[in-house]
Amino acid sequence: MSRNGIRNHADVTVGEQIGPVTVPVGRDTLVAYANASGDQNPIHQDEEFAKSVGLPDVIAHGMWTMGAASSVIADWAGDAGRVEQFRTRFTAMVPVPQDGSAIEIGGTVKDIDEDGRATIDVTATADGTKVLGRCVAVVRLG
Amino acid sequence: MAVNTDFAGRTMPPAGPFAVDAALIAEFAAAVGASDPIHTDAEAARAAGYADVVAPPTMAVRFEQQSQAAYIGDPDAGIDFSRVVHGEQAFAHHRPIVAGDELTGTTTVTSIREAGGHAMITVTTELTDVRGAPVTTATSTIVVRGGE
Repeated sequence: MSRNGIRNHADVTVGEQIGPVTVPVGRDTLVAYANASGDQNPIHQDEEFAKSVGLPDVIAHGMWTMGAASSVIADWAGDAGRVEQFRTRFTAMVPVPQDGSAIEIGGTVKDIDEDGRATIDVTATADGTKVLGRCVAVVRLG
Repeated sequence: MAVNTDFAGRTMPPAGPFAVDAALIAEFAAAVGASDPIHTDAEAARAAGYADVVAPPTMAVRFEQQSQAAYIGDPDAGIDFSRVVHGEQAFAHHRPIVAGDELTGTTTVTSIREAGGHAMITVTTELTDVRGAPVTTATSTIVVRGGE
């Protein structure tokens, strides 16, 4: 992907929508995330283990979901290094069956301050269920 | 064993240094679908004003969790990791993490709250660089589910 340039504050308005973007997630995604993050909890990889501890299936790492959401916001910002703050609550699990699943990520610009920082309310759903709550990103616009 | 509330307010010894390299950044970026070339192309990163390839915004969690291990894994802390659920996570970046960084993590147990048989623990990790300058403040809240 080539860089599209940094999003300029003059081109952003409060209420602007980001996405939604559908992000697929498979068991292979979770293995890759486990290796990259160091979180090797078997509930994210081993269906038998996950079910043995009462989960419906293998579930995605909450931090994978947060990471996938940050990628959508970074794409919008045009520079991943400009995502200065990012926070969320984890409100529901994302089960990942053998044939995979998907999450939908969106955002709404809530505020732009005098220094050109945009505050974005971020949404993430899986099968219509909200999986991130009070998810907010702060992006330093160009 | 119950969560030990005596740990509230305690700051753990610094952990690390954790070396950040380009291969790890590329691996993390691929795993979270981060397609900005500044994660994988040093030239693109430098053109954008960074010293080297840039870590995706949530990659700090890797170093945060390694820093927290001294607390979470301390038998005296009373945390049964099999009962831990991640409740909240926040990152405030003072500057982006880049390849070549060597990060030190200092973890403070901000609060321990018991409610309804569960314990909610908020932990803050300050990641600093070799000069001691702040890089990222990472805050997480974990819930330790009580026994049934």
